[in-house]
Amino acid sequence: MSFYKKHFLDLKTLTEAEINYVINSAQKMKYILLSKSASQPLYLKGKTVATLFDEESSRSKLSYELAALNLGAKVIHLHTDKHFKKGESLKDIGRYIDQIGADFIVIRHEVSGSPHHLSKYVKASIINAGDGMNENPSQSLIDLMTIQDQKKNFKDLKVVIIGDVMHNRVAKSNIWALKKLGSQVAVVAPPTLLPYGIESTGVEIHTSVADAIIDADVIMTLRMSDKNEYNRLIPSINEYKKLYKLDVQRLSYAKEDAIVMHPGPINRGIEISSEVIDGESSLISKQQVNGVAIRMALFHLLNKKGGGHNIVG
Amino acid sequence: MSDKLLIKNGIIVTSNKTIYNQSILIEDKKIIQMDTGIEDDEAVVIDATDCYIVPGLIDLHCNIQDPGFDYKETMLTVGQSAINGGFTTLTINPNTVPRIDNKAIVEYIISKAKNECPVQVVPYGNLTRNGEGKVMSEIGEMQLAGIAAVSDGDHAIQDTDLMRNLCNYCSMFDIPVIAHCENRLISNGNEINEGAISTYLGIQGAPITAETIHLARNILLANEFGTKLHITHVSTAQSVEMIRQFKKQGFKLTCETSPQYFTLNEEAAMGYNTLVKVNPPLRTAADVEAIIKGLRDGIIDTISSDHCPDTIDSKEVEYTLASFGISSLETAFSLSYTYLVEQGHLNMEQLIDKMSHKPAQILTLNKGTIQVGSTADLTIFNPNEDYYIDASKFKSKARYSPYDGLVIKGRVKYTLVNGKLYRTDG
Repeated sequence: MSFYKKHFLDLKTLTEAEINYVINSAQKMKYILLSKSASQPLYLKGKTVATLFDEESSRSKLSYELAALNLGAKVIHLHTDKHFKKGESLKDIGRYIDQIGADFIVIRHEVSGSPHHLSKYVKASIINAGDGMNENPSQSLIDLMTIQDQKKNFKDLKVVIIGDVMHNRVAKSNIWALKKLGSQVAVVAPPTLLPYGIESTGVEIHTSVADAIIDADVIMTLRMSDKNEYNRLIPSINEYKKLYKLDVQRLSYAKEDAIVMHPGPINRGIEISSEVIDGESSLISKQQVNGVAIRMALFHLLNKKGGGHNIVG
Repeated sequence: MSDKLLIKNGIIVTSNKTIYNQSILIEDKKIIQMDTGIEDDEAVVIDATDCYIVPGLIDLHCNIQDPGFDYKETMLTVGQSAINGGFTTLTINPNTVPRIDNKAIVEYIISKAKNECPVQVVPYGNLTRNGEGKVMSEIGEMQLAGIAAVSDGDHAIQDTDLMRNLCNYCSMFDIPVIAHCENRLISNGNEINEGAISTYLGIQGAPITAETIHLARNILLANEFGTKLHITHVSTAQSVEMIRQFKKQGFKLTCETSPQYFTLNEEAAMGYNTLVKVNPPLRTAADVEAIIKGLRDGIIDTISSDHCPDTIDSKEVEYTLASFGISSLETAFSLSYTYLVEQGHLNMEQLIDKMSHKPAQILTLNKGTIQVGSTADLTIFNPNEDYYIDASKFKSKARYSPYDGLVIKGRVKYTLVNGKLYRTDG
């Protein structure tokens, strides 16, 4: 088994074996990172990574950048907001980055499918760092790696995802991947915050946290974004807290060794109580090294296929 | 050279009869004789053996884009495109710049079309000024100037009070109100059907109720005042069922669909395929079946092209930023023939009824039939000839199509527009 792809666009089109392969590769990277050995493998020496982000995001950009630097690549940045305001198309920006010789383009864009679109026009390898409401596949791999660290394997795990699945792209990637990996996945949210037909992915749907969480091994809470888009979907944040906030009492229905995760940034006291965040089930803010390891693994694996300009098409 | 034209040995099909082995003699733009075995030494002869001769097709839904967007399509290219596809009469959606919302523009459009377009163009007028859905336009003035219908194009009027007043006002004219049904509060831009595919692609979808809520509203409002109502591009099974029930109860309305709604379903958008981004969006396979059944049962009265040309650049962008529409004048008829007649859902007479005779009736045009004395608007096509769609050869400026490369039947061989002959198969 190997991972032989040019682009990394989503998890829904990867196989179980491919997902496992990336995670295992990241485990090796993590070992290298933690050993702090002086001789890190410079797999990306001579390569250039361009980041193309149109939304404010410092954290994941930082982790991509560090991953690339760790592997010996050069890193360049482009803030796309200005270009889009001037009316330049993504296709043209992508071609420009291609022309100046970037081997990888890491893109975050507010339109679903934009990395797929860009991949049709460039020679560089595209890494999707989040597209619209579609997916954030590498962020999801971080979650998966954390689950693997804690639970050893995915088969027969019960994973409960609480909150705004509709707008959350990490949650979508997690659902696609966990179903492939053999986990039992339940989502719990007001029906207005669930995407249409999500049950077709094989997830269970609940509206009551207490019902959903019984015997859970893993609980993921999702950020309620601070945008005003909830006005028409739920009556108030107050009511949401009342019905869906993960607190100690609700957590008590889960298995004793259940773990709690959150993709961040966290609204303390809204989707999750401070007590849970800082409690012993919580892995929040404790697994950030996995983020760098996953991204190193992705760069390395895509580079094997050629990493940009070495191959055509 | 004589200006007489003799079409020999074809099969004439109109909305209510099929006559084999017929020849048609045309002189001075008019059909002067129809019979078996006509001979005329002076006439130019077209051999129509094994071909169907049908009344020229009439398109109730066409975005000509000129004036205003002549980089997308012009009066000339749309006309050439129409001829290639067998259409002899087009209508113009009033979503032009300037918009067709007063009599001066109507007069301008009529004269522009006469000068520049090789087929006849019948103008629609905007229901509201500048198509903004706020203030009524001068519909009476425009009717006197020659509009055949009123419509705000794909801008459904959201203000129900205004729509009711428009239905009331238009009830005094004998022209139809053409309504695109979309409740914009819930349609999320109408970019993709809400369903498994929208969830898979991570794009917010348009529920079918965005169409059917407006459909019910418009039918009820038109019925309240006896207004002539025509529903454009019906796309959902629920719409068909509702129209069936309304018609059964005696409500007066007509409706149409377009080839994309009976040939493609939402799965065609996989991979963010912008070529199939249309408004209303493609629906499910079950909806496609219901549309076909609606056509078969006569619930859906007409088939229009819904021609909506744009630039290829407008399609080579992210899905949600891409333009809507398909360049479809050159494929509408053959697709309809292949998917409806070849598949046994409709017979030839029914297809011609839906693409020529009924459209003429709805707009009260003296067209859509073949008889001695009538203007020679005719389409001649070979039902047995396979050909593949090559979008790069389109006469339309929009030389792209989701059907590119598809092998279909029913190739248009000749189109006669007002007695003028065009060869269309090469």
